[in-house]
Amino acid sequence: MEMRKVLGDTLAEMMRRDDRIVVLDADLSKANGTYPLRKEFPDRMFNVGVAEANMTGIAAGLATYGLVPFMTTFAPFATRRVCDQVELSIAYANLPVKIIGSDPGIAAELNGGTHMSVNDIGIMRGMPGMVVYEPADNVQFRQALPQIARHNGPVYIRMFRKTTPNIFTDPGYAFDLFKADILRAGDDVALFCSGVEVSKALDATVILANEGIAAEVVNVHTIKPLDSETILATLRKTGCAVTCENHSIYNGLGSAVMELAAEHFPVPIQRIGFQDRFGEVGKLDYLFTALQLTAEDIVTKAKLALAAKAGGVAVSSTAL
Amino acid sequence: MSVSTDDLVRKCREIRYTVADVIGRLGVGHIGGSLSIVEAMVVVYYKYLRIDAANPAKPDRDRFVLSKGHAGPTLYAILADLGFFPADRLHTLNRNGTTLPSHPDIKLTPGVDMTTGSLGQGLSAAIGMALASRYRQDNARVYAVIGDGESQEGQIWEAAMYAAHMKLDNLLVFTDFNNLIIDGTIDEMNGLEPLDKKWEAFGWNVQVVDGHDVAAIDAAIESALAVKGKPSMVILKTTKGKGVSFIEAALTANHNMPLTPDQHKQALEELALGRN
Repeated sequence: MEMRKVLGDTLAEMMRRDDRIVVLDADLSKANGTYPLRKEFPDRMFNVGVAEANMTGIAAGLATYGLVPFMTTFAPFATRRVCDQVELSIAYANLPVKIIGSDPGIAAELNGGTHMSVNDIGIMRGMPGMVVYEPADNVQFRQALPQIARHNGPVYIRMFRKTTPNIFTDPGYAFDLFKADILRAGDDVALFCSGVEVSKALDATVILANEGIAAEVVNVHTIKPLDSETILATLRKTGCAVTCENHSIYNGLGSAVMELAAEHFPVPIQRIGFQDRFGEVGKLDYLFTALQLTAEDIVTKAKLALAAKAGGVAVSSTAL
Repeated sequence: MSVSTDDLVRKCREIRYTVADVIGRLGVGHIGGSLSIVEAMVVVYYKYLRIDAANPAKPDRDRFVLSKGHAGPTLYAILADLGFFPADRLHTLNRNGTTLPSHPDIKLTPGVDMTTGSLGQGLSAAIGMALASRYRQDNARVYAVIGDGESQEGQIWEAAMYAAHMKLDNLLVFTDFNNLIIDGTIDEMNGLEPLDKKWEAFGWNVQVVDGHDVAAIDAAIESALAVKGKPSMVILKTTKGKGVSFIEAALTANHNMPLTPDQHKQALEELALGRN
């Protein structure tokens, strides 16, 4: 099932239970799965047309009234386009608006580089009080949405709107917005990952296991606030790590983990992500390869991290 | 509410005096734009706004959004006078640790309905409130003040379009048209005229009045509240720094103006004489 369908269905369930939830769109409600809600909730759906700045301010105004607005658009428009509106009218005012930016990074595919947000996490992470969450799969996202609605503050949700691999297949999985999920245990190297890179990290563990390397996979779904307890416990165990994200290596998950490590437990860390470059038009498979986001790329970086741990040598293929 | 025009005129004089005193004691502040909007805010707050200082968060209260946030000192003078917080707090304006920052902050100050300061954003928030009131069916009205310079921001026109599209007749907006921005006049930098025709073309009910004529503003509001099916705009022709001769004469320099102790004294003397 596509993630946008999960968004529409889950919002409908939440709106039936909670009359404070309202939804705003800027001419992308069909793309984001919220379009069908207008039938059941005509007085709680606001589509402002192609006007994201206005949508952002209206969401803030609705929130001052005790409502819980979810606003949706593509990730670059939810962040870089309305950076000041989000910062001043929502974050500075500490209003509980839930901002859904869809098709982050390479997910924009055929819309191309213009629509590929490489720095949306960075923009949102820099705003005091902003929670930044990136769903890993439908099961997790379905559990996350009610917790996001309950959180009394602004949240940025980086939603991959199409079909994603299933990650959380255990029926007993209980999501906690502020707790990272350990998906595989291993002592040699940690793979901290989010979004579409979670399945790539899991694939990488198979390749690494064939070479006798045990990787611990941690889904850091919430990039801010970081679950420092889980991340540091893993780093203390593995002594090196790779961060894996569909975002620039600057100011995203990689930076967040490195900042934490540098302050509390400095160990070699390598980063998978856009290597300070923009995206480009293409299909997902091509883009994973072109942007060096594949399982094989993760394996390469894991070995660099392991070598640095073993030899104390700073080795990196990352452009500085 | 039975508030006479004379009462409102007297109140404008008091508020203007307070604003000049607070900024004068501090020695610097956004005095020009604070003084130009006094009459409209006094008429709204003392005659029309259904609010309760004892219950500032009352859910069905009317809302006021000061989108041109740099006129915060005027808002604070009014809120203090209405009892939202003690009047002696006014003189903490912009001083370390204050709850009265230059631009209104919804988190800090009782009676402030929206955080503003980055121009162009408050009108959208006011629309959100008007939509929320309609959804909650609480009959609240939303008032907003935007600046003329602020009207050069694109977001204002995104908001203008949508408010009319949604037929928000519970929204009444004022433009403080003093024709001065920091670097020059509106006319010479990026002209707005014909501003009334622009708002009409966007689908609004529009009136243009003398922004320092209390009776005219009162009548414009009365008339606007009777209009159904569209939002209302009242364009206020104002003088930046209104009420103090040397501040008016400073023109663009009165936006964020330093005041010496002598100027502070002179301003208060002029205002005490009731020059208006």
